[in-house]
Amino acid sequence: MNAPAPDLDSRQSVAGTAPGTALLRLSGVGKRFANAVTALEGLDMDVRQGEFVSLLGPSGCGKSTALRLIAGLTEPSEGRLDWHEEETVRRVAEPRSIGFVFQEPTLMPWASVFGNVHLPLKLAGTSRREAEPAIAEALELVGLAGFRDAYPRELSGGMKMRVSIARALVTKPRLLLMDEPFAALDEITRFKLNNDLLEVWRRLGCTIVFVTHSVFESVYLSSRILVFRARPGRVSSELVIDPNQPRDEAFRTSPEYAGLCRETSLALARAMDAH
Amino acid sequence: MATSPLRWFLPLGVLVALVLAWSLVVKINNLPPYVLPAPGEVLETLIEDRAVLFASMLVTLQTTVIALLFAVAGGGALALIFASARIVEFSLFPIAVILQVTPVIAVAPLMLIYLSTDAAVLVCAWIVAFFPVLSNTTLGLNSVDPNLRDLFRLSGASRGQTLVQLKLPTALPYFLGGLRIAGGLALIGAVVGEIAAGSAGQGSGLAFRIVESAYRLNIPRLFAALILISLTGIFIYAALSLLSWLALRRWHESELGGRT
Repeated sequence: MNAPAPDLDSRQSVAGTAPGTALLRLSGVGKRFANAVTALEGLDMDVRQGEFVSLLGPSGCGKSTALRLIAGLTEPSEGRLDWHEEETVRRVAEPRSIGFVFQEPTLMPWASVFGNVHLPLKLAGTSRREAEPAIAEALELVGLAGFRDAYPRELSGGMKMRVSIARALVTKPRLLLMDEPFAALDEITRFKLNNDLLEVWRRLGCTIVFVTHSVFESVYLSSRILVFRARPGRVSSELVIDPNQPRDEAFRTSPEYAGLCRETSLALARAMDAH
Repeated sequence: MATSPLRWFLPLGVLVALVLAWSLVVKINNLPPYVLPAPGEVLETLIEDRAVLFASMLVTLQTTVIALLFAVAGGGALALIFASARIVEFSLFPIAVILQVTPVIAVAPLMLIYLSTDAAVLVCAWIVAFFPVLSNTTLGLNSVDPNLRDLFRLSGASRGQTLVQLKLPTALPYFLGGLRIAGGLALIGAVVGEIAAGSAGQGSGLAFRIVESAYRLNIPRLFAALILISLTGIFIYAALSLLSWLALRRWHESELGGRT
């Protein structure tokens, strides 16, 4: 079966607005599962250095699959995934330059907050003592400095997710992949974590790929939104949001934000009608 | 509720009431000791025959504990092999099930033909204790959170790291649950083996004392031996519960006693 030409009719021109060069590019990527479900077909997208890009779409549109492909947790059935040259070199040298945050906190219940955040470093052979400063810094970054000895079950849902983010950040990854990390949280907690995540992004200067099904969340967080359509999953349109726009409560209640949300909702609606 | 004194007083009260009722039944019906001895008489026998009874109790306890250790080693090791190679699991699990569903009482006489008395009793106890450890540990090793497994993969974890830092801790509560079942079953297996050996006139454990006392119509001693078997079972259960609590108290729901 030949992959059809990429369906990028409504993609807006973004030349010159990109915050950086392409960190990685997916070209004509398809993914079929063993049960004959086609999750992705003819997916073209790139991730640029230092950007906050959201993959927005209905459930079943393959956005999580795209994230797993980028993480290397699964292989594409067709098409190619190219890393930027420097990135390829570095990834060989340090395979842990990707941080991944799952939809659930995915913490080890038998380990303390400290132990959970230590995990990626521990697996890389870094002892508790050596890892201590990095762990303390990651916990500080997510506002959990005082909870290092707590166990996951003693924490609220939002705090567990913060631990999960700290764990992803502890290796100082260049690329942070987040799979609907706040979907299970209440709105108040989600808003708070949105702000904190933006703060982390600004401070670390990492690249974030963020999967979500919330229009409002994607507009609030992203410098770029890729709207996915389903069956087969691929990018339907792209929206760019000025990365210099301050993201705060004033932005959340501003007419610009409302306008961007309307525009994004329309793009999403088009994506859902596309088949 | 967990700390309420009622939790201790109520079951103790019921126990005392039962013993009193037993005592009354004997007194009112004027039952002879070879039919039903009074509780006091059983206690006297327990004290009088303490040398022989406690020696027997140690034999039974030792058999049970050794069988349990072998069950943990064998069941645990086989579960690890099962978890790393499904083909071994497919091949061997049915055999383990056959071993489990064949009543040990039916196997015991055979064991006594081929093995020495002590070894036969030990094997009987091991057979029944082995399966819960095996099946629970296998279940635990296969219950790893798929996201955590992905995370280990992303972090470049080796097979050994994944086993020690992910699979074993995940399996621990399941294993300990299996161990508690196995503890009770090992005692039953030991008693069954001893009874089979006892009917052949051999043995030295508590169940052998029961068979021996029954032959001699020494019913008070039979009751005394029975009480000691119960105490042995309670001791094993308590010891394994303590072990489970020590291992899981910080993180597992089962040992947190409703603390919020």
